[in-house]
Amino acid sequence: MFENLSIETLQAYWWIIISLLGSILVFLLFVQGGQSLLRTVSKTQDEKVLVINAIGTKWEFTFTTLVTFGGAFFASFPLFYSTSFGGAYWVWMLLLFSFVVQAVSFEFRSKPGNLLGSAVYEGFLITNGIVAPLVLGTAVATFFTGSAFSVNDMNFSEWKHPGHGLEALLNATNVTLGVTILLLSRQLGAMYLINSIDNEVIQYRAKRQIKREAIPFLLLAVVFVVLIVCKKGFSVDGQGLVSMVQYKYFINLIHEPVILILFVIGLVGIISGIYISVFKNKAMAFWITGLSSVSFAMSLFLLVGFNGTAYYPSTYNLQNSLTIYNSSSSHYTLTAMSYVSLFVPFVLAYIVYVWKSMNKKQLSTDELKNEDHLY
Amino acid sequence: MEHIDVSLVDWSRAQFALTAIYHWIFVPLTLGLSFLIAMFETLYFRSGDKEWLKITKFWMKLFGINFAIGVATGIILEFEFGTNWSHYSWLVGDIFGAPLAVEGILAFFLESTFIAVMFFGWNKVSRGFHLTSSWLVAFGSNLSALWILVANGWMQNPVGMHFNPDTARNEMLSFWAVLFNPMAVHKFLHTVTSSYVVASLFVVGVSAWYLLKKREIVLAKRSILVASVFGLASALYTGSSGDSSAKTIAVSQPMKLAAMEGLYNGSRNAELVIIGAPNVSKRYDDTQKPYYFQIAVPNLLSVLAFNKSDSFVPGIADLINGNKKEGIEPITAKMEKGRVALSALHDYKNATKEHDIDRQIQSLAVIEQNGKYMGYGLLRTTDESIPPISPVFYSFRIMVGLGCYFIALFAVLLFFSIKNQLESKKWLQYVMLWSIPLGYVASELGWLVAEVGRQPWTIQGVLTTNYSTSQISGTMVQTTFYLFLGLFSLLLIAEIRILLKQIKKGQEGGSHV
Repeated sequence: MFENLSIETLQAYWWIIISLLGSILVFLLFVQGGQSLLRTVSKTQDEKVLVINAIGTKWEFTFTTLVTFGGAFFASFPLFYSTSFGGAYWVWMLLLFSFVVQAVSFEFRSKPGNLLGSAVYEGFLITNGIVAPLVLGTAVATFFTGSAFSVNDMNFSEWKHPGHGLEALLNATNVTLGVTILLLSRQLGAMYLINSIDNEVIQYRAKRQIKREAIPFLLLAVVFVVLIVCKKGFSVDGQGLVSMVQYKYFINLIHEPVILILFVIGLVGIISGIYISVFKNKAMAFWITGLSSVSFAMSLFLLVGFNGTAYYPSTYNLQNSLTIYNSSSSHYTLTAMSYVSLFVPFVLAYIVYVWKSMNKKQLSTDELKNEDHLY
Repeated sequence: MEHIDVSLVDWSRAQFALTAIYHWIFVPLTLGLSFLIAMFETLYFRSGDKEWLKITKFWMKLFGINFAIGVATGIILEFEFGTNWSHYSWLVGDIFGAPLAVEGILAFFLESTFIAVMFFGWNKVSRGFHLTSSWLVAFGSNLSALWILVANGWMQNPVGMHFNPDTARNEMLSFWAVLFNPMAVHKFLHTVTSSYVVASLFVVGVSAWYLLKKREIVLAKRSILVASVFGLASALYTGSSGDSSAKTIAVSQPMKLAAMEGLYNGSRNAELVIIGAPNVSKRYDDTQKPYYFQIAVPNLLSVLAFNKSDSFVPGIADLINGNKKEGIEPITAKMEKGRVALSALHDYKNATKEHDIDRQIQSLAVIEQNGKYMGYGLLRTTDESIPPISPVFYSFRIMVGLGCYFIALFAVLLFFSIKNQLESKKWLQYVMLWSIPLGYVASELGWLVAEVGRQPWTIQGVLTTNYSTSQISGTMVQTTFYLFLGLFSLLLIAEIRILLKQIKKGQEGGSHV
């Protein structure tokens, strides 16, 4: 089946999968958002335990999605993997360190003999809660703004900025998306906590936080959108030559109706989700906002991958920019991986089943007393 | 590719070794304990005996602590291929990336989805669903081991690929050849079964401590019985799969085998040195004795390597100088062909830029003829092709020696367990307790043999470690090395302290809030 597809179709197919994984990751950053709100929504020990245990059953989804996103990117677009990870060293290391400390913190936080004390592990959770969305958002923004690297004719890459990725944090457009994703994760995190914890005080504080941050979040999202649609974009012609084209991403939106639809659904959905959460008090607000975030993030990924666009532009040498066509795996590997991708719906199905089984009712302090395993 | 930053290569190796060694402290216990927990829970499910439920929950608590830090140390490894081994990622990403992606899609999600049910689902899902989840966690974690070991097996024995001069990288020709690579199959079986041994030793060791303290007697005795059966079967299979693994090494990595044996001059009817001490000042081109002393069994190496006593086992000198009689080409010839291939590749690239079709065709013909040796063109000296002998030689012997000891230990434990005499054998309880670290030692040394013995290659015969790194500074990697060392050491100490506290608390310790 897949073997009969052209390499270009397979490249497009894999860019869609990468975009989907990346977008699901954005949604699942609600775990990080929840972590970052730990001290805001919980003041007493009991409240803290509730919040950590509510998020604690989900943190592995985000973690695993990140690992799978990395693995899938490696398998389908290895030149991105070697160029970005091997070049923007500090920024990726910062992200990884934040995930290392997250992974142990849930399990170690409340255990006797944990060496560092609960407060430090909670600090780790909050750090990861802020760093991960901020850095991931900033990194994704470089797909629009570019990075200084070179790729030689043997396809060996070299980073040309001494900041090795940290310079991305000094670019206003990048940081705008970084903070937008951070605020989005906090909106989603707060909605998740409202849904999954049976405690009025926590619910009240979480909702208050949604109200406080909704406007700044939406404003920043709009600012980012305005910045990218008005800026020059990295365009690739039929010969693979890269040039700067004014309003490139706006042009892409107009040329690719599917992306435009995803973009609009995403933005409208997020606004509606927040509105429902604030004014209607419905549990579905989390799902509407979450799935709309997937749609919105997906439109951003697709915007840089299709319609003759370089998704990982080089500002050092435009012609070294990565496109889905010059950075992918071979036809054979993409074909083999495409067969593996057929398992994704099955994986999603059992995740949904388990999620539903585990979240049948809200978590309460009484329920936690009967639990054998607590974070 | 002309300049090599030695400090960068050394620090990159040190960092990968550090993170891999730390990760591997936790993985074997996850791989083995997940199955033991599923077995304990099955016994509860079938018998309804609450004691089995308590046993399941107790080991699950220790599993959770160990699992978390295994996950934490694991994420680094995947991304390090990109951050620290960027050239490697490009040159073999077309092949190496696929198993990593499959691992994520098929294994990690299975593991991470059902682990939430395993830990938190006791009061939320049915007993049957919970049991299924526990088994799925065990299968998921072992499945992830399969895919990463397929990737590692391919590095040791690169099959199912070809070099594409247009993209200047190796590309996959057959997914099935990569998956069913004999090296990968044996490596997987050897690694997972040896991990079951480590986990079984952990279970019997912790149980022995309870027997010594005269606490949790039922838990201890039942756990020892199940872990002894599992441990004995696994230890026996580890021995057998180790033998198969070594046979594939003999074929595809003869230099590694020579290093494992400290064998400088090959021969037919080669003897196996059971115990010995390699002469550290010995070179392949001098006449010094290879060992300070040795106890050897005649013919055994030939038999173990190739199943026949008169088969030829090449030594380091044969592999470097060549051996016409045995059809072994000198390494200098391979290096020369490799350089010719590399030069032709550069020619091809230049010809492509200049649209010089004739030169492109000529270069392609040269690459076609010599491409197989391209990796050898990256070697600067013949000496560089020899891995460090002593660490590989000793590690291999200690690993095998411990493996034999584990078989004997589990057999003895099973015997006394069935006779119900464990409680009265205090000496045996101490032996069990102090055998816990030995499992970890054997497991780590196994990796040392595999990875140090593979040097100077990251991909056997295809790509050297020197040319695999990212183009960053040694100081950057040195900084992250120390950060990892500090952080991982801190987390390891925390993990051990938490485990010890939980073990001291025993079954009734509860989870803590």
